[in-house]
Amino acid sequence: MAKFLIPLALFLITVGFLFKGLFLDPHEVPSPLVGKPAPMFQAPVLGEAGKTFNIEEMKGKVWLLNVWASWCAACREEHPLLIEMAKTKKIITYGLDYKDTDAEAQEVLTTMGNPYNKVLTDVDGKIGIDYGVYGVPETYVIDKAGVIRYKQIGPLTPEILLTKIVPLLKELQ
Amino acid sequence: MKKLLVIVMLAYSFLLNTNIVFAAEAKPLAEDPVIEARLKAMSQELRCLVCQNQTLADSSAPLAEDLRKEIRVLMHEGKSDKEVVDYLVARYGDFVRYRPPVNNETALLWFGPFLLLIIGGFVLYKVLKKQASGENFEAEE
Repeated sequence: MAKFLIPLALFLITVGFLFKGLFLDPHEVPSPLVGKPAPMFQAPVLGEAGKTFNIEEMKGKVWLLNVWASWCAACREEHPLLIEMAKTKKIITYGLDYKDTDAEAQEVLTTMGNPYNKVLTDVDGKIGIDYGVYGVPETYVIDKAGVIRYKQIGPLTPEILLTKIVPLLKELQ
Repeated sequence: MKKLLVIVMLAYSFLLNTNIVFAAEAKPLAEDPVIEARLKAMSQELRCLVCQNQTLADSSAPLAEDLRKEIRVLMHEGKSDKEVVDYLVARYGDFVRYRPPVNNETALLWFGPFLLLIIGGFVLYKVLKKQASGENFEAEE
């Protein structure tokens, strides 16, 4: 009897691992930045010529940094959700326009609506490197002390928003 | 027969074409040959995060290009190889390295195969012992 049971058990364990593997995304690499202070940066503000944003301004606030670009198709996917979030006026969302031109970014915001409190521009992708961005869109939750508490790789979904981000924001407030 | 010849020629011209494209993409080496050699050696040990099965040296993804540029800048600033790798690991995690460091998280990765070897050896030992004692004699026939 054991002769059959042992291979069967091994087989089932293997199947279990493979089954779990179906739902894993190898592109989601855990960020070493979660739990660490958000890298300092200064960046020009989109649509406000001559103005510079300094991340220091955000001290004492819980906010989202959403990395996006006009050339990024998945960003358009999550855009309506960002708009819905902006309508609640409860979530502070700053956009980081990654490796993009101001004109094209502006065009997206005028046609699809602007969900951001402010949009900062990262034309050469230097800020993106400091934040370990490797696939837009990416969203960071940053707490009052300026520490990154969560990183979402890929588009936000209502499910992620309700099960992960909103509870986290409530906890951090 | 003619058809086959055309296919072969087409395939050949396609190969030739891709070669030409690659040749055009290869940029001339930047001014400092020492840094270029270091960059080349290092980027073969680093993973491109966009296309995960390619090294940073092979990848033509925009991010890989940016990172190679950044590594060049860091090297020009006089950073050592270790400092440059640490810079990338701090941002992208151990996953950027093709040779993961030995730590608690990667212990199973490093020592798992030896564990399996020991288990396999143990099972083999048991089976052989059983056979030697004659219990499975009939099965051998």
